[in-house]
Amino acid sequence: MKIIGAEALLESLRREGVDVIFGYPGGAVIPVYDMIYQKDFPHILTRHEQGAVHAADGYARSTGKPGVCLATSGPGATNLVTGLATAYMDSVPVIAFTGQVATSLLGKDSFQEADITGITMPITKHNYLVKKASDLPRIIKEAFHIATTGRPGPVLIDLPKDVSVDSLDYSYPKTVNLPGYKPNYEGNAKQIKAASAALAAATKPLIYAGGGVISSGAEQELIRLAEKARIPVTTTLMGLTAFPGNHPLFLGMLGMHGTAAANYAVTDCDLLLAIGARFDDRVTGDITAFAPHAQIIHMDIDPAEIGKNVRVDIPIVGDIKNILSALLTQLVPGNYEGWLQTVERWKKQYPLTYQPQEGTIMPQAVIEELCALTKGDAIICTEVGQHQMWTAQYYRFTRPRSLITSGGLGTMGFGFPAAIGAQVGNPGRLVIDLAGDGSIQMNIQELATVASYQLPVKIIILNNGYLGMVRQWQELFFEKRYSQVALANPDFTKLAEAYGIKAYTATKPEELRELLQAVLEHPGPALLNCLVHPEVNVLPMVPPNGPINRMLGVEAK
Amino acid sequence: MKHTLAMLVVNQPGVMARVAGLYSRRGYNIESIAVGKTEDPKISRITLVVETENEAELEQITKQLYKLIDVIKINDITRDDAVERELALIKVNATSANRSQLLEIVDIFRAKIIDVSLDALIIEVTGTQDKVEAMIALIKPFGLKELVRTGKIAMVRSAVQS
Repeated sequence: MKIIGAEALLESLRREGVDVIFGYPGGAVIPVYDMIYQKDFPHILTRHEQGAVHAADGYARSTGKPGVCLATSGPGATNLVTGLATAYMDSVPVIAFTGQVATSLLGKDSFQEADITGITMPITKHNYLVKKASDLPRIIKEAFHIATTGRPGPVLIDLPKDVSVDSLDYSYPKTVNLPGYKPNYEGNAKQIKAASAALAAATKPLIYAGGGVISSGAEQELIRLAEKARIPVTTTLMGLTAFPGNHPLFLGMLGMHGTAAANYAVTDCDLLLAIGARFDDRVTGDITAFAPHAQIIHMDIDPAEIGKNVRVDIPIVGDIKNILSALLTQLVPGNYEGWLQTVERWKKQYPLTYQPQEGTIMPQAVIEELCALTKGDAIICTEVGQHQMWTAQYYRFTRPRSLITSGGLGTMGFGFPAAIGAQVGNPGRLVIDLAGDGSIQMNIQELATVASYQLPVKIIILNNGYLGMVRQWQELFFEKRYSQVALANPDFTKLAEAYGIKAYTATKPEELRELLQAVLEHPGPALLNCLVHPEVNVLPMVPPNGPINRMLGVEAK
Repeated sequence: MKHTLAMLVVNQPGVMARVAGLYSRRGYNIESIAVGKTEDPKISRITLVVETENEAELEQITKQLYKLIDVIKINDITRDDAVERELALIKVNATSANRSQLLEIVDIFRAKIIDVSLDALIIEVTGTQDKVEAMIALIKPFGLKELVRTGKIAMVRSAVQS
């Protein structure tokens, strides 16, 4: 079948099961957009390319399917950079197509030319510059394979304009031939046996689960392991939703803003099972004081994560679901009841707390209220900062893939467009962007997107008039020199209304529940601007580079 | 310590940039890099000489290199029984007064004179890095005008049947 490159692109996407593209047109991709028009291919027009790539990311994280975005050459392509880096750090399968100047103009500083494959080399799992239309089907096949297998990640395909209009004999390959790419899925049987023996010998084991559990779809295996062996579980920010937030064995998140129980348990445990987690500095604090008494088992699909940050006693490289299934068949747990009692005591003694203040909405209360109203069942997207940490602490997630947050890169402006992608991918579910007043303004143009498609995304702004997390650090470590963190904000309700979006402002604690309810029940998109206490800190907090068992704001109850 | 890595990579544009870029952004240094096609034109061989602080660092960088889709195989041949060669071209001042002295050095190192002019010579020397460096050190006092080195290439010897 003889077709042009642009049609080959859409046909290949169709064969990969892609049901929507998030994108923004421009000169170099007009032929592709012409084909989208002719084929009536589902497309969500964002208002900025960054919105498109974050939406594709939110779609991927919430559905487990790869997300696809499309931008033009030059500035369109460079606007994807933050989104690709975000997806790369959190191992999210995103396929980005960028237009490029015609091959004859490449390298000549042509209009809207940018070397996007060069620029994105360190922030993509792989990327391609397509030189011939006939290469396109193979490249797309490889891109989807690479993005979604092994440790997932974003792949970029740069498409010169002539390639999208040149004809090719189309056939879509059934297999890929990548001699340098062979992810290992089966955990080594001897190592799994060693892990099983270590568990039998341990008296104080702890599970430290990360985003890898979710990427692998191993949530049920994780629950079975924890329940069968009776091992307490803490998760990273990325690992939240891998384990039910209301489970009795759950200790909450660990690390810089982790719970006291989780951080004490890490410091005290004698066996740490790191499952699809990567010992990030926000998790470990002072690495030399991290899990000092523990033997460490590290399970990960990516061999490069083993031994990167900590010494590992029993490394197991493979797919988490496979490893845990194998481990479950030979599990001989020890008796950890004494340890469970200790951990339970910490949980009771050092719960997450905050001091309510008369007449002011406390930011934590908004999230507690939201969690109660939604029964922990909504898809929560966040931006980055204090509100993100409070969400991680106070929202009790009950379903996998229901927290969409930029963990590794910490990208402000991520949550709102990600919520668009999550809503498109999960039309029947309640999708909420929990935002700060700083972050929401980083991609606020996407209000037009939710308005025009009537996507029922709810935006809840914890508005404290500050870049709160930076303010907190300035308060604690820079003698309250609040440099450039006070924000003069627009009236968010009027702004939303200008886009035709229902909006409310909550100023008093007693109106919070009612207004939250009004927003959640509104059939279309809606925004709630919560004026919260301006100077609340996220606690507990491990001071930077300190050991994680020494936290500010932990008091025994 | 210095390590010699023999890598097989898919022969495609940008693969050198991917390898070199990975080194620089992870904060490692490349001492030399040599690349060329193998007997299979779809596959290239990269010989890298790298300086690393310890084995753990080398292991980490090797794993990171393996994550590149185009990297097929990496062998650390530092401790293997391998033949190692580097080639250097050296342009040196040569007057009638010192030319014979230079020729003597060239002879000792089994190097070659490949160009002669009124006031200079170009010497081609092949050998291990140590040999090339020793030669350069001896030539320097004569007035080294220009120097170009290929970087090391290496090949593991076949096992000898016993």
